Amino acid sequence: MQTTITGRAYVLGDNVDTDQIIPAQYLTYNPAIPAEYKMFGKYALSSVPPAQAGLPKGHVLFHTKDEFVSDYQIIVAGKNFGCGSSREHAPIALDAAGIKCVIAEFYARIFFRNSVNGGYIIPFETADRLCEQICTGDELTVDVESGTLTNVTTKESWKLKPLGEVAPIIDAGGIFAYAKKVGMLKV
Amino acid sequence: MPAMTMTEKILAKHADKASVTPGDNIWVDADILMTHDVCGPGTIGVFKQHFGNDAKVWDREKVVIVPDHYIFTQDKMANRNVDVLRQFVAEQKLPYYYDVGTDKYKGVCHIALPEEGHTRPGEVLFGTDSHTCTAGAFGEFATGIGNTDAGFVMGTGKLWVKVPPTMRFVFHGELPSYLMAKDLILAVIGDIGCDGATYKAMEFDGDGVFALNIEERMTLCNMVIEAGGKNGVIAPDKLTLDYVNARNKSKKPYQVVTTDAGAKFCFEKVYDVRKLEPIIAKPHSPDNKATVSEVKGTKLDRAYIGSCTGGKMTDFRAAARILKGRSVKIDTFVVPATSEIAAGLKCESINGQTLEQIFLSAGAKIGEPSCAACLGGPSDTFGRLNAPISCISTTNRNFPGRMGHKEAKVFLASPLTVAASALTGAISDPRDCLQ
Repeated sequence: MQTTITGRAYVLGDNVDTDQIIPAQYLTYNPAIPAEYKMFGKYALSSVPPAQAGLPKGHVLFHTKDEFVSDYQIIVAGKNFGCGSSREHAPIALDAAGIKCVIAEFYARIFFRNSVNGGYIIPFETADRLCEQICTGDELTVDVESGTLTNVTTKESWKLKPLGEVAPIIDAGGIFAYAKKVGMLKV
Repeated sequence: MPAMTMTEKILAKHADKASVTPGDNIWVDADILMTHDVCGPGTIGVFKQHFGNDAKVWDREKVVIVPDHYIFTQDKMANRNVDVLRQFVAEQKLPYYYDVGTDKYKGVCHIALPEEGHTRPGEVLFGTDSHTCTAGAFGEFATGIGNTDAGFVMGTGKLWVKVPPTMRFVFHGELPSYLMAKDLILAVIGDIGCDGATYKAMEFDGDGVFALNIEERMTLCNMVIEAGGKNGVIAPDKLTLDYVNARNKSKKPYQVVTTDAGAKFCFEKVYDVRKLEPIIAKPHSPDNKATVSEVKGTKLDRAYIGSCTGGKMTDFRAAARILKGRSVKIDTFVVPATSEIAAGLKCESINGQTLEQIFLSAGAKIGEPSCAACLGGPSDTFGRLNAPISCISTTNRNFPGRMGHKEAKVFLASPLTVAASALTGAISDPRDCLQ
């Protein structure tokens, strides 16, 4: 597991569902093919209503410099991030766009599982309503071990919730690596 | 042994444990793994990457593949994905594959599974689709998973599961003629919010639930995911067993599991269905609840009747009751969930007119069985919202962009309310036009 994650914040609101994260029309790409995996990065967050995209101001583009990779590395969001469908293409899209972790109040169950078990992004939870305290573009640092989030731009810092029971899976890099480690899987 | 809910009992049994407690992390044996054309190729990719190109699935009899999402489209990538499924099925010699363009083609997986006898009480069903929870109507544990989890199940037959606490929803009374299961579940989602059941099981109980037919029970369980639920479940009764036994072609034995007296629920809510009104979910969230009377008269551009939620025989019978002998005022799309339902529209009739004739003479368009515009899909998908218009729909989600255009407005309602609204071109109350 990475010990420190640094990057610029892209801030979203509550109930960002998987259709907003990756619209259904792009699910025709097969994530098992590397050239197609990259395409999910291009269309990541493309159905977020413009007024909600990049809070607090909104109307902030997720990509400007590179067609496939975002200008931002950390998503900060409110409640129930990743609700809706079971499509693993959602955490894949964020991973392909260069997102390292998401910090939200809590997650929809399947999105959380997919993020952890596929080893795409770390889904941190926070007790604070950070989507109203952090601005899109702020420079953030997350100390993974201690669960400390620092806003380098404003010099504020917060304690994130412990990763708890999924920490060993995240640490291993996903469900397959974890299952091998604990002797569940012998291939 | 402590008293357990049926969800806890099914999970305990599949983990070979005497008992489990909510919050326990356990390895569970799968009875069925289902995948489709949208998540199948990714799942197969994960399976081959980790188990090897020549690896075999853990049990051929337990893998069911149902192409249903992007079927009737010119989109090359979508068609390529069905080819990926076809090739895998051939390599693995899988017996349960419902291929496009053959007599075996079914349509929407969640309705195809029970129709083809893949749902049984007491079992564990994992599917690469969030609406896999529909099968809880048969008294089993059914939940949606991603490609990685599905690839893992494909190779091992097992999955790591956290035991959810159970919420209990009790419905009393006989459903009035103007209400359907869709109204009940929209009322629940509106009351608890679209995160109200996150990480939890939702058990439906009460004489109001057992008075519903099996399709209506499926509608209740289908939308638990819209409240964030891990699974929805209804105890099996004679109706369930009659349906399952008539369809269980493999004659696979199963064990009925029900909730123990004294089992702990983390939440309980009781409804008197006679006091409910037709409900609608306004844009852009399934929990944005209003009564139809509160939003009556809101102008619409389109009506859509279809999907795993609202494209079953009961849904079309209800819509036909309203549309018979009348004409729709706005574009109205009818999409049967499966080929069996499509055939049903041609043979079931009301006063000498088949349901198909009723819809066509009302001016509705009928599409091929599939998921179609419920989730947008490629731009040539039947009924897709390609412009920022307003649509009333029997489907399950209305988040921005769900049915196509991200500025389109989607109102979710029962087939009765959707049909009533199709007649006027504005949100209308079925109580005003039931015949």
